[in-house]
Amino acid sequence: MSDVLLNVRGVTQQFGHGARLFNALNDVDLAVHRGETVGLVGESGCGKSTLARAILLMRKPTSGAIEFDGEDVTGLRGSALRRHRRRVQMVFQDPNDSLDPRYSVGRSIAEPLAAAGIGGEERRRRVREAIDQVGLPQDSATRYSHELSGGQRQRVAIARAMAVRPEFVVLDEPTSALDVSVQAQVLNLLVDIQRDTGVTYLFISHNLSVVHHLAHRVVVMQAGKVVEEGTGEQIMTAPEHPYTRTLINSMPQLYRT
Amino acid sequence: MSGADSLTIDGLSIAYGDGPTAVSDICLRVRRGEIVGVIGESGSGKSSVALAALGLLPDSARIDSQQMLINGVEVSDFSETQWAAVRGVEASMVFQEPMSALNPCMRIGAQIEEVLHIHGLADKRTAKARALEMLRLVQMPDPERRLRYYPHQLSGGQRQRVVIAIAMAANPSLLVADEPTTALDVTVQAEILDLIRSLRSETNMGVLFISHDLGVIGQLCDRVYVMYRGRVVESGTTSEVLGSPRHPYTQALLESIPRPSVTVRAPLAVIPADNRFADSPIYLEEAS
Repeated sequence: MSDVLLNVRGVTQQFGHGARLFNALNDVDLAVHRGETVGLVGESGCGKSTLARAILLMRKPTSGAIEFDGEDVTGLRGSALRRHRRRVQMVFQDPNDSLDPRYSVGRSIAEPLAAAGIGGEERRRRVREAIDQVGLPQDSATRYSHELSGGQRQRVAIARAMAVRPEFVVLDEPTSALDVSVQAQVLNLLVDIQRDTGVTYLFISHNLSVVHHLAHRVVVMQAGKVVEEGTGEQIMTAPEHPYTRTLINSMPQLYRT
Repeated sequence: MSGADSLTIDGLSIAYGDGPTAVSDICLRVRRGEIVGVIGESGSGKSSVALAALGLLPDSARIDSQQMLINGVEVSDFSETQWAAVRGVEASMVFQEPMSALNPCMRIGAQIEEVLHIHGLADKRTAKARALEMLRLVQMPDPERRLRYYPHQLSGGQRQRVVIAIAMAANPSLLVADEPTTALDVTVQAEILDLIRSLRSETNMGVLFISHDLGVIGQLCDRVYVMYRGRVVESGTTSEVLGSPRHPYTQALLESIPRPSVTVRAPLAVIPADNRFADSPIYLEEAS
């Protein structure tokens, strides 16, 4: 796996002016290889969601570049940007916020397909496929999100992201609002989808155990900087940066030893 | 301080409106100086039990209990007026979201003093001194200055410390905490758990700690009750219940968590949506 799909190069994101100038991201480098899962861990305000927004080209960074599949996409606009957006999708923490309550499940999943210019029978086929892929029954297509459980809603949000067959998906705390048993189902689903499609994930979470379970590599962020990077095993058993050690020591242990 | 248990609940059942039973036949006990966990997933009834312990269930709730004692006093038939004299004095509650528990337009010092004024427990000067003492007790940095702060000027962890200070101001015998660290970062969560542990030792209050997080419960609690679909399915010391769970639901719950001993990316155990664990025998171990 040496094929770099996403390459974040020296990205800095500043907010504010003058004395209140603040670096939300400070010279961040991050490479994600095709087909792998990179876990991004850090606490509130460390810049992980700002980095996600930069990667999704939702905000142009102050400096630095986002390269995707070998091409600099930082300044993409218009139709080139729309074409790029089919390749990169996002799943958010709270499906209640990301799904429109007035849309049926089928319409929610069809929307990004329509935006990608896919219509007619092909669109209907892709919606059915996506519903199958996330393990929901076909008759869910006519249901509304309030009729579904939290876990089913998150499956719909994942189906919506997967319907356009993206190469890269940013998952921002996708299981943090779910019960642990439902979290297990969603994590299993994400692993299955990756095995079947070869999709690449950036998995953002504050939960080190979840990241360790899912990710091939783990990146730890603090105050806008990447402070440590390694395999889940390395990070958990031999953390080098003091902040990583603090994070690990703060993790609740199942029972006192 | 009396030697009675902080909380005794015997045979508590709750239903909402004409709906089915949300909680059935709960027996639960929190001794002085003990931290007792209630663990369960959404809809298990754990928050209903927490609210019942403070007489905070809505009017639509139909409550049936054989016995409910707070610090040795039977409260089952209390009126709202009687409850008002209990809450904040004998028993206090800490919720998940500190910002919604605090008044955004009031300095935090005044919010701590308010509890003492409302219950007529202190005059103005004593209340002021007590507010400062409470901020010190919850290990607020620079407490003299923080007394004059508004909630928005504090971090999430500091806000939760203020909520705990308010809850503790009248020195209650019972603290009910419903997911008090769920909205906090892990490093801040670790600090708040340390704080609850040290407050328990300093004041000898009993703590009923509600959480969905097995790790948090495991780290903090002396004993634990596992709730599933409105029932307690297992209880015992934390090391018994989490270390060698006997009920199939507790076992499945523990196996659904990602943990270092599970092979990376291997399927995690999934709890089926059917009611199967409710049909299996319930081993209720009343802790001695």
